[in-house]
Amino acid sequence: MNAFLDGFLQALRLILTLDANLIEVVQLSLWVSGTALFISALLGLPAGIFLGLKEFTGKRLLMVLIYTGMGLPPVVVGLTIYILLSRQGPLGSWGWLFTPKAMILTQIILSLPLIIGFTATAIAAAPAALPMQLRSLGATRRQIVLTLLYEARAGVMAALIAGFGAIISEVGSVMIVGGNIEHKTRVLTSAIVLETRKGNFALAIALGIILLSITFSANWLLLHLQGRLEQRQ
Amino acid sequence: MSSPLLQLRDVEHGYGQRLVLRVPELAVYPGEIFAVVGPSGAGKSTLLRLMNFLEKPLQGQIFYQNQAWTPASLPIEARRQMTSVFQQPLLLSTSVANNVAYGLRVRGQRPGKTAILQALETVRLAHLAQQHAHTLSSGEAQRVSLARALVLHPDILFLDEPTANLDPGNVKLIESSIRHTNRHEHCTVVMVTHNVWQARRLAHRVALLYEGEIIEVAPTADFFEHPQDARTRAFLSGDLVY
Repeated sequence: MNAFLDGFLQALRLILTLDANLIEVVQLSLWVSGTALFISALLGLPAGIFLGLKEFTGKRLLMVLIYTGMGLPPVVVGLTIYILLSRQGPLGSWGWLFTPKAMILTQIILSLPLIIGFTATAIAAAPAALPMQLRSLGATRRQIVLTLLYEARAGVMAALIAGFGAIISEVGSVMIVGGNIEHKTRVLTSAIVLETRKGNFALAIALGIILLSITFSANWLLLHLQGRLEQRQ
Repeated sequence: MSSPLLQLRDVEHGYGQRLVLRVPELAVYPGEIFAVVGPSGAGKSTLLRLMNFLEKPLQGQIFYQNQAWTPASLPIEARRQMTSVFQQPLLLSTSVANNVAYGLRVRGQRPGKTAILQALETVRLAHLAQQHAHTLSSGEAQRVSLARALVLHPDILFLDEPTANLDPGNVKLIESSIRHTNRHEHCTVVMVTHNVWQARRLAHRVALLYEGEIIEVAPTADFFEHPQDARTRAFLSGDLVY
């Protein structure tokens, strides 16, 4: 119990003193996961809309693959990316291994199926005739897509929250492809693992509390944004 | 009679292997209320979607203002001269006023409060303008759906079973709005309904669609009083099994 109390107090001290190491780790965590989420949203939202609206041969198989991807084990993704990016691997010439770029890549792979899957489900839940109704009211294709996205906003927000939650708290793949290198690839989750191994439980708990606070804040922000969208109406 | 506003020639449409519509010739004239009656599953809604260029026929041509178009080739300006009210109201999850304003917004117009309230007043729902659309009864939702179309002042209004499952009060109100729009805004109305009485009350001309084929088209009085085809007589007398 003392470890938790010490951890809480230490977290407060680290935050209040703006500890340089902590700021660096938090910044890198947000940069890696934020960039991965942004790219995943950029790719995943249109893909989810397409899958939610269109019927085509092989769609069922594709959806099964996406749903499977929603449960991808991070260590397996990390291992695969490690092999691809390692010096002997097909993408070794990129020189990405043990850099934030490799961490972003793995996090995109982890969050993309979540964003596609949730978005596709949310869009498909809209009445099938709605796009036709919007078209008959004079909407262009782009306006129809934006309206559908707006109608499915709760599901889309859930997609973004799930995607962010999955990667900000993920440790397996970032450890493998990032290497937990101080001042270079150390993020909150890998720092927690390191401090736990060193026996610095209070610091590990402090980092855990900060990680939870960031996740809470990010989710609150997204839900607040959704609330603002509701209010605008 | 003036030249047709809409015309179908040798149109065939179906889904998969199933042919659901075969219309060699059908014309709609400016300013009329044209009703297509027929039993459920006759292809009425499909016909309406084709006429509104929401679906492309498998075969044949559809002319609007004497020119053949497809859903892809119809210019947006022409598409915005027509609109549909579906059997299901399909309102957006926002306020009633925003639903009515949707068509104006996608046209890049800033919808004025007066225009929105006027459209809602036509269907006696101005007092619900700020209410969320999903709190409406089915009759109110259907009336908002009609107001959403009327605010656009379309040249052609397509109505798919506009009063199905509504109580007599709502039916009367919607029919009155349709008649008013046709008379005072010179809006051409194409409606499909299985309610022959409604067609008789509203339409200038009526067609019977049965098993995907137009059986008979005639001015309303002739259609009801002197039907030429045995199937029309059977349908009107309620003997047509469906």
